[in-house]
Amino acid sequence: MKSQLQTKPIDILIAEDSPTDVMLMREALDHARVLNTLHVVEDGVEAMEFLRREGKHSAAPRPDLILLDLNMPRKNGLDVLGEIKTDENLQSIPVVILTLSRAEADILKAYKHSANCYITKPVDFDAFAEVVRSIEGFWFTVVTLPKS
Amino acid sequence: MKTGPKNNPINILLADDSPTDVMLTREALAHAKVLNTLHVVEDGVEAMAFLRGEGRHAATVRPDLILLDLNMPRKNGLEVLAEIKADEFLRTIPVVILTTSRAEADIMKAYGSHANCYITKPVDFEAFAEVVRAIEGFWFTVVTLPKG
Repeated sequence: MKSQLQTKPIDILIAEDSPTDVMLMREALDHARVLNTLHVVEDGVEAMEFLRREGKHSAAPRPDLILLDLNMPRKNGLDVLGEIKTDENLQSIPVVILTLSRAEADILKAYKHSANCYITKPVDFDAFAEVVRSIEGFWFTVVTLPKS
Repeated sequence: MKTGPKNNPINILLADDSPTDVMLTREALAHAKVLNTLHVVEDGVEAMAFLRGEGRHAATVRPDLILLDLNMPRKNGLEVLAEIKADEFLRTIPVVILTTSRAEADIMKAYGSHANCYITKPVDFEAFAEVVRAIEGFWFTVVTLPKG
């Protein structure tokens, strides 16, 4: 595995409407190996505004990774995923689906719409934190990400 | 975290023309947490024949994960990736690019063609084995894969 010589923190966009899940992710990533900055949006419309730097997100950075929930108000995760993966400028950003849904239809649709991977949220808090740390460990110390 | 399916071993397709890398991958996966069967093809044409069940691959299984090298004879990894991700039936299979190339153009093209992730092979043997185990650990104990 490569060691990280970071000059700037990794930017992670979390699209998630559950404050509890956001808090858990924030805590898990606080102790991460790689320095990171979390950006949180609470629905799919805001996620697209962030990615397209619209409205109050005009100064938003391009995230290095997106953690995307499926069930969100206004625009759901599969719609957001579809928009990201058909947008020339955004499609190279890895999208990790992180959801409670275990529905086979959701899993298949997500992979069909080019989700980079699909992860089911464990209900148990410790297991959830462990999953978040696994995501961080894999994507930021094993994978080579595209330059932002 | 979940354990892999207990009855059926996970099927991994490795497309790589380097016998040394195949040997190292095989050894690393022999000690993996999840029971797996490794299928090896040595070039891109054979990779597509395997995936489409053509010729001597008529009786093959659908792999749960594909480890794809970029520089291969006859048909390179980026061409194979594009064919997989444009095929309605094959596109849901996660493709991990595993290559010695660190070229920015390759990284961008791979993510643009919907590689699920891009990993640079470490030159050091031990580090390479560790990367293979990290891939196995993440994709088979953290990620939810589509049903084959």
